[in-house]
Amino acid sequence: MFAFLTTCVFMYDIVADCSDNVPTRYLVNDACVLSGKPLVSASALRMEGQLTVYNYNGGPCYRCLYPVPPPPETVTNCSDGGVLGVVVGVMGCLQALEVLKIASGQKSSFGQQLLMFDAQDSRFRCIKLRAKQAGCVVCGETPTVTELQDYESFCGSAATDKCRRLNLLSAEQRVSVQEYKSIVDCGTPHLLLDVRPKVEVDICHLPVSIKIPLASLEDQNADHINFLKEKISELKLQMSSELQVPVYVVCKLGNDSQKAVQLLEKMSGTELERITVKDIIGGLMAWANKIDPSFPKY
Amino acid sequence: MAAPIAIHLEFGGGAELLFDGVKEHHVTLPSQSEPWDVKQLLVWIRENLLKERPELFVQGDSVRPGILVLINDADWELMGELEYQLQDQDNIVFISTLHGG
Ligand SMILES: [Zn+2]
Repeated sequence: MFAFLTTCVFMYDIVADCSDNVPTRYLVNDACVLSGKPLVSASALRMEGQLTVYNYNGGPCYRCLYPVPPPPETVTNCSDGGVLGVVVGVMGCLQALEVLKIASGQKSSFGQQLLMFDAQDSRFRCIKLRAKQAGCVVCGETPTVTELQDYESFCGSAATDKCRRLNLLSAEQRVSVQEYKSIVDCGTPHLLLDVRPKVEVDICHLPVSIKIPLASLEDQNADHINFLKEKISELKLQMSSELQVPVYVVCKLGNDSQKAVQLLEKMSGTELERITVKDIIGGLMAWANKIDPSFPKY
Repeated sequence: MAAPIAIHLEFGGGAELLFDGVKEHHVTLPSQSEPWDVKQLLVWIRENLLKERPELFVQGDSVRPGILVLINDADWELMGELEYQLQDQDNIVFISTLHGG
């Protein structure tokens, strides 16, 4: 992969970073600095975009600005945060424009400059960035990065924008979508608790679900907890009394639902009546993929 | 005594989500014995504006890696970073770097 990338970068005069994750951005930066190529870098998330030309005309590189990678838990990828195609299109066009300007011997406007595009407020802003840093580990006066490294371990995250899969629960605390489907088909009394934020619930949800966002469980929102209490009591009346009410928790991909299960287990027998809580592995997207192809994917 | 100063704070690139989704804040920093600097401003923000999860915004004395600070439309590195002394009507922007595409 590194040999491939180095060869690749050497074959071209200008590099455009259109990647979608942190390790790749460091990797491409270092490859450009080591081979002396300008890097036209654009990124986008939600309704915002950023554009800078790194390692150009004596200006700073990506590491001059960001010597330390961001903690992985602070990085929002496009599949979690969402991004509007038009925003990516605008940034891609601006990026292509800078590539053409450099290729045709004109100066790029974004060396040591950061262009910020806020699509919500329709605002473009240009910011003067710091100069190339003498202490930069790759482009500075005494570089310590002289060949490509392991960028995934440097950043503590995978070179992908796929969502991280949490594994917080034991196998007994989880059910697959197939198992949940058979619980529904058998008419087994249970509660289905959807813990996604309202904006996602409004896109699509399973009709029988009750909705309490994870944030409300974390904050112990009194209205929402009372609502859950009522639902549990209602169901309890329909069941034989010695059984605990089973609660299945669902979210988009099966990460937040695990956190919710942990919170609900703490509340079981204290704030709430005793319940049996499980999460649905892979969430609604697994439901859409394996059980109901007509369920919207987002 | 330094007089109170009014400054304009902005959060972007997702950093606004730590402030109830509000991007722009007009704030007045109270009068104190020495002039305000950015280091003190970070403490003030943490105590007065941050709604949740301070570790996603500050780390030690400074901002966490991946947040770019702009003082009057320039990278704070050009302005003295934490030691920059705030002036009345300054515009301070905290922008989270975007990685997606
Ligand atoms: Zn550098």
